[in-house]
Amino acid sequence: MSHGKIRAALDDAASKRILIIDGAMGTMIQRHKLDEAGYRGTRFRGYHADVQGNNDLLVLTQPALIQQIHEDYLAAGADLIETNTFNAQRISMSDYGMDELSFEINVEAAKLARKAVDKWNKKTPDKQRFVVGAIGPTNRTASISPDVNNPGYRNTSFDELREIYKEQTRGLIEGGSDLIMIETIFDTLNAKAAGYAVLETYEEMGVDLPLMISGTITDRSGRTLSGQTTEAFWYSMRHLKPWAIGLNCALGAEAMRPYLAELSRIADTWVSAYPNAGLPNAMGEYDETPHEMACLIGPWAADGLVNIVGGCCGSTPDHIQHVREHVEKHKPRQRPVIEQKMRLSGLEPFVAG
Amino acid sequence: MTTTTSAAQSFINVGERTNVTGSAKFRKLIEANDYQAALAVARQQVEAGAQIIDVNMDEGLLDSEKAMTTFLNMIASEPDISRVPVMIDSSKWTVIEAGLKCVQGKAIVNSISMKEGEAQFLEQARKVLRYGAAVVVMAFDEVGQADTIERKVSICERAYKLLTEKVGFPPEDIIFDPNIFAVATGIEEHNGYGLAFIEATRQIKEKMPLVHISGGVSNLSFSFRGNEPVREAMHAVFLYHAIKAGMDMGIVNAGQLALYDDIPAALRELCEDVILNRRDDGTDRLLEAAEQFKGGAAKKTEKDLKWRDASVPERLKHALVHGITDFIEVDTEAARLEADKPLHVIEGPLMAGMNVVGDLFGQGKMFLPQVVKSARVMKQAVAYLQPFLEAEKKASGLENKPAAGKVVMATVKGDVHDIGKNIVGVVLQCNNYEVIDLGVMVPAAKILEVARREKADIIGLSGLITPSLDEMCHVAAEMERQNFHVPLLIGGATTSRVHTAVKISPNYVKGQAIYVTDASRAVGVVSKLLSPTDAEGYVADIKAEYVKAREGYLRAELKKQRLPLKVARANPVAIDWASYTPPKPTFLGPKSFKSYDLAELVPYIDWTPFFQTWELAGRYPMILSDNKVGVEAKKLFADAQALLAQMVAEKWLTANAVIGFWPANGDGDDIRLFTDDKRKKPLATLHTLRQQIARNNKGPGGRERAHTALADFVAPLSSKKADYLGGFAVTTGIGEEAALEAHFKKTDDYGRIMMKALADRLAEAFAERMHARVRREFWGYAPEEKLTPDDLISEKYRGIRPAPGYPAQPDHTEKATLWSLMDVEHNAGITLTESYAMWPGSAVSGLYFAHPDSHYFGVGKVERDQVEDYAQRKGWSIAECERWLAPVLNYDPVAAREEAA
Repeated sequence: MSHGKIRAALDDAASKRILIIDGAMGTMIQRHKLDEAGYRGTRFRGYHADVQGNNDLLVLTQPALIQQIHEDYLAAGADLIETNTFNAQRISMSDYGMDELSFEINVEAAKLARKAVDKWNKKTPDKQRFVVGAIGPTNRTASISPDVNNPGYRNTSFDELREIYKEQTRGLIEGGSDLIMIETIFDTLNAKAAGYAVLETYEEMGVDLPLMISGTITDRSGRTLSGQTTEAFWYSMRHLKPWAIGLNCALGAEAMRPYLAELSRIADTWVSAYPNAGLPNAMGEYDETPHEMACLIGPWAADGLVNIVGGCCGSTPDHIQHVREHVEKHKPRQRPVIEQKMRLSGLEPFVAG
Repeated sequence: MTTTTSAAQSFINVGERTNVTGSAKFRKLIEANDYQAALAVARQQVEAGAQIIDVNMDEGLLDSEKAMTTFLNMIASEPDISRVPVMIDSSKWTVIEAGLKCVQGKAIVNSISMKEGEAQFLEQARKVLRYGAAVVVMAFDEVGQADTIERKVSICERAYKLLTEKVGFPPEDIIFDPNIFAVATGIEEHNGYGLAFIEATRQIKEKMPLVHISGGVSNLSFSFRGNEPVREAMHAVFLYHAIKAGMDMGIVNAGQLALYDDIPAALRELCEDVILNRRDDGTDRLLEAAEQFKGGAAKKTEKDLKWRDASVPERLKHALVHGITDFIEVDTEAARLEADKPLHVIEGPLMAGMNVVGDLFGQGKMFLPQVVKSARVMKQAVAYLQPFLEAEKKASGLENKPAAGKVVMATVKGDVHDIGKNIVGVVLQCNNYEVIDLGVMVPAAKILEVARREKADIIGLSGLITPSLDEMCHVAAEMERQNFHVPLLIGGATTSRVHTAVKISPNYVKGQAIYVTDASRAVGVVSKLLSPTDAEGYVADIKAEYVKAREGYLRAELKKQRLPLKVARANPVAIDWASYTPPKPTFLGPKSFKSYDLAELVPYIDWTPFFQTWELAGRYPMILSDNKVGVEAKKLFADAQALLAQMVAEKWLTANAVIGFWPANGDGDDIRLFTDDKRKKPLATLHTLRQQIARNNKGPGGRERAHTALADFVAPLSSKKADYLGGFAVTTGIGEEAALEAHFKKTDDYGRIMMKALADRLAEAFAERMHARVRREFWGYAPEEKLTPDDLISEKYRGIRPAPGYPAQPDHTEKATLWSLMDVEHNAGITLTESYAMWPGSAVSGLYFAHPDSHYFGVGKVERDQVEDYAQRKGWSIAECERWLAPVLNYDPVAAREEAA
């Protein structure tokens, strides 16, 4: 599909029904209990460092497994399939000494998701599914000092983030992504750098893919890790003209509701939400059942709060299927018309007039 | 406090102290690398009421980029500072860009301009947009800084065009700085600078209403350096006038604004002469007088203390208005000794003083930072009284009694104002209610969580700023969703009875939202709400009162608020024509039906209006068993059935109809008809009117409904879709006069009215029947439609048949077009009178629209701009247009003409 058509097809679908985004990749990979050798595959058999846990690497070493997970989510009814690239940029990859593989991983990951999606699109030409090139937060923060004694210090910068995100975006687009998504944002400045990089890359490549943005409210006072309220976060992101804005991860569905409701009220674009399957238990496992999760997300749809739902950590194709069944009978949220006012933000919103 | 919103309340104070060019103290701290102390300066600004802080590091000897980066990074770690947005202020683009890379919020860039030409201006603007910031644009071009009104306005207009058209910059994120220059410099050309800014501001806001106007006020008084009293007076006077003209942002010292009313009258007048350039010798006179005010510093203190001689309530008022805490405890104690009870001090002189603050704020004579100071004084006074209030409670034995009820109170999310709420809390506690005060900035979820856990009897919300109103609506909606039933009290400066009735109350049907005028009323309201005997009646009264208030408001709104036609047109019914294939009718042109079988129409009769004709209210068929009118209705219905059977059997009436279809496309608010499917030759144009109502009733989802015109329901020319429009005219009135004469005596009013009413019903039934056939056969887009007559009456089908002269198209004259298109006189025997009424009267005509999204609506009142536009389209004069649209004009045409003349 051409880029104009992708946007039109997405808008058309989103105006008619609530779209489903897939669930967790990590949870599904864990089920296969891959060992170090499994992660290395043949290509990295003699690699000098341990790579177990580098999930993004699996698009090179276990492509069939990753494609199968995509297909499981498609079978569960997902419309939007995220590439397995949450950590596939130089900053995160450098933990494994694999910075140089970042670009390749993004291209291959997008190709795998593309293959899975195309296969299903062929089965039902009237229902199109889309590949979402996923961009994660990195493990550094541009607006928080890692050193409590030196609050002015930073271990990354806007410019560094912009560079690594540009490379990742280029890879995701070359591999065939239909959309780009900046997700699990806990520092808005990282996301602003990513947004800058994405738009710059679009300009350089002559494309204009829809952009999704999804922030993470990390505490019950309703703020991101970097301290912004939901509304302030939206005002910081709004200039990127995202196709959808939303929340994911962190809190489970129940605790996410008030912030989702707020975003739904103030954002004049589509709204997405894909929470964790509850909160991790003492063992670090997510034990909200598919039915429980669907019963929490269903009312969001009934109350007209969302356009796109799915799952984050701990969710499985079974969760996604239950969620889909609970929301599909409801009409999607309509985008509100927001009064034109200067809307600024610090940690908190400021609206002029 | 007053509820007026004025320009001064929306004036944005940008703190200027964290600016190395404006503050020597701050510069020294930065130069000495003492960032901790520099942070304290920023914090003071925010505490003093700065809503944005300006950060400027433009100093020759500094590494400005590094200083900007370091300071912004430091601020990011201080939530009490970084809660507000930053204004990144530099004349160097590199410093601005360094700053933009450090802020996670949406900042303001100050500034860019066309000084170095368009190319650079555009490039910088594009980057600002991509970094996600608003922007200050200086009125500065290749020639230089704008000094005259004309240059200021034209440069801003040019910049606006470039920004909005070439960069896609949101107009509401543009802030113009039309340059405040020094006045009273002794150079004659400078005398007009103050007025030039004010006038330019007025014109810019008029031409570009969404932009903001800002300026560095301290430049103005540059020639009076060293004479602070005069400078402050000049600033206050200047702001007072500039804000009225539309200036809505200023870089000011938030802690040090003089009160307009406080400036000695003589000085104020001298300042106004200079700033408004009212007399040629204004500068000389101010210079001459300046010296005598200069001593101000010493004199001022002397004069300042005069207020100490006034009465205690006057002293309290003065302290509150001027934010002076020095004597507040002494004065509060004095007031306490004069009062019967400590509570009376709060309810009396302190509240009175705060009301004055509210009034001044409302009139634009006080600014937010000053109000914040007043609040501080008030809090201190209340804190002083607290132990006395406790003691009083103990003494009266109230302490040991179980609480009379539990109230959870909070200032809503996004708002930090809590004086009013605190006072209410104190007053309630003194009356033996248990108060759980959640403080300020409390999200809905927390308020409701605590209310549920504590089993609160009442929830109270407070707020001072306008966005709090929306938040209160949200809390109310959440209470509804979470199944609360307890009363919800609403209070605070911007709240009002009307807002509570119109906006908040409808969100919370399971309980009642109640507006509380001020703290003194709170006890009365709460005690009534918790009284086992009074509560029910009280809530019922409030409910009735609010319904009335709501209706009154809506009526007034309907009368008043209209949008410009241009704006309404930008929000038509959004139909996705690309994915729609218009159905083609089975024939084009008119088709006539003569002497239609009446029996076929009888099942399509909608009986409810029949009963209305006889002034029996109720829906058919329930009306037949209605307690009040059921018996009468049944009798009437039996008579009607008998007469109808006779009319049909004996063919008293002749039913004729004509329907037609034409290739059609929408063109703005008009519908163009073509002679054939080639769509080359125009056949006729049907004109429609568009809704201009300004709706404030965005639901909880914030959904704004379209501004509809019938033309929206036909595929526009630009869609390249072959769409169609239908028309019809039906009558069952032919032979009516003759039948009346033949079958009823002149005196038989009952029979005559009955027959006329039935003929009317048959005409409506005929229209319904033909519409059904059009859908199923003639246009044929719903061949499978199987609806009962009941379903038809409740309009459960696709497509509509609106009639000219009715709410969706109030212009009766459109019938003329329809008549000539279908040759109605010949084809159906219906004529039009000179006022476009149909004869016989039992007739219905209208248009057919097939799109599934087409629906009935009312155009409502229209404004003069639409009348002018419509007159032009119809080829009428304005007066002619106003005559035909008289019932829907939203203005008095006579008055409008007189005004113009």
